[in-house]
Amino acid sequence: MEMNFNQHISGQFNADLEAIRNHMMGMGGLVERQVANAIDAICSGDTSSADDIIRREDEVDKMEVAIDQECTQILVRRQPAASDLRMVLAVSRVVRDLERMGDEACKIAIHALEVADKGRSEICQQAIRYMGAEVTKMIAGALDAFARHDVDGAIEVVRNDKLVDNQYAAALRELMTYMMEDPRSISQAINILWILRAIERIGDHARNISEQVIYLVSGEDVRHSSLTEMEEQASKDA
Amino acid sequence: MSIIENHQTDGAPFSDNAKLRARNVQVFYGEKQAIHDVSLDIGANEVIALIGPSGCGKSTFLRCLNRMNDTIDICNIQGEILLDGENIYDPKVDVVPLRARVGMVFQKPNPFPKSIYDNVAYGPRIHGLASSRVELDEIVEKSLQRAGLWNEVKDRLHSPGTGLSGGQQQRLCIARTIAVDPEVILMDEPCSALDPIATAKIEELIDELRENYTIAIVTHSMQQAARVSQRTAYFHMGQLIEVNPTDQVFTTPQHSLTEAYITGRFG
Repeated sequence: MEMNFNQHISGQFNADLEAIRNHMMGMGGLVERQVANAIDAICSGDTSSADDIIRREDEVDKMEVAIDQECTQILVRRQPAASDLRMVLAVSRVVRDLERMGDEACKIAIHALEVADKGRSEICQQAIRYMGAEVTKMIAGALDAFARHDVDGAIEVVRNDKLVDNQYAAALRELMTYMMEDPRSISQAINILWILRAIERIGDHARNISEQVIYLVSGEDVRHSSLTEMEEQASKDA
Repeated sequence: MSIIENHQTDGAPFSDNAKLRARNVQVFYGEKQAIHDVSLDIGANEVIALIGPSGCGKSTFLRCLNRMNDTIDICNIQGEILLDGENIYDPKVDVVPLRARVGMVFQKPNPFPKSIYDNVAYGPRIHGLASSRVELDEIVEKSLQRAGLWNEVKDRLHSPGTGLSGGQQQRLCIARTIAVDPEVILMDEPCSALDPIATAKIEELIDELRENYTIAIVTHSMQQAARVSQRTAYFHMGQLIEVNPTDQVFTTPQHSLTEAYITGRFG
């Protein structure tokens, strides 16, 4: 008799695990849109979506709490082991990072409104566009890697985070130049600084999600490992 | 499902500091083979959990370790089991002292129809371990203390063992096993018949007993295996599929069958 190891004996357990995965992806989709809309608001100067982003932040928070409670219930009822345990822990950690991304998107929207209030700024626009596009791709990449249990895809996100960090450092230098050259720009520059910081933090959270993908697939906790160490571990496991 | 041809046990079935070594053990009940070529070390002062679905051979294997299978007429064992380097299946081996050295606790508590005192004193008496009443009293007290039962029964040692609660009876059986100064304690689902509080007390006791004894425990509860053992051995259709440190087995098992069993994909 062929044994099917894809399904638990308990259909309800299957459904519970499927639910937290789907809900997490749903939350990921919402956060991805929040971030993309927030970047667009600052880059285009059209802040009409900013209020909507700020309002929807509450929805993101509620999703984090709800999914975490679902994870808790699975731990209580099923005492999952092995890959199931790693899945529940990974989902619980990922929703926390998604919620933080939501917070950062909200901050970007708030500062976009302040920038627009003071008049459109061209400071660091290229950096914001580049970093914004990168982190939006990283969120999609990390969630996709989670869905497909793709370690290589996760490591690619970690690589891109390094690029974002480098771009952030360069943008900071550019900002300081602006402020030194024209002290009247300091007020706007500080808003831009917070926006750049928020984008950089979103990249970090996407990296954290990728680390959870690696944990989910291989059982290795790479939360404080370097990119090189992750790549070495991945080639050992391959 | 069928057995895996030429399967080598995944993980770490062998130890440097082994108290018991099983090598190429095969067990037959008549024509039916129940254990297929199992080789496993049980380390000194470790608790090893044997897990697997019903009928996988874990209890059959456990009973090999003190020749309890000798009591089953149609049971035939091949291979070697070494206790401190000596083969327990050597024809020269006397099974009575062997079963004192390698004691057993069963699923259903089975105190003798005697007093609490006599339940524990019985083994030392027949093995001649005490030369006086005072020595026997000391053995009984020490055994009951080590089994975590002394305080509950010290004022009624001459009342019947069968009058105790289920959990207390099981601890009495553990005290009885300890009284003959074993080196290894085999436990075959010792908590299956007990309530959660009694189970918790036995599990705590297992952790304390490890200081002085080597313990092998068969259990259907994976959470129990995860709580009490340092290594876990997964059996499947009479084969030893995987042996690894317990935390590894329950977080990142090596073999797909182990993963499928402990995640409840079959059983």
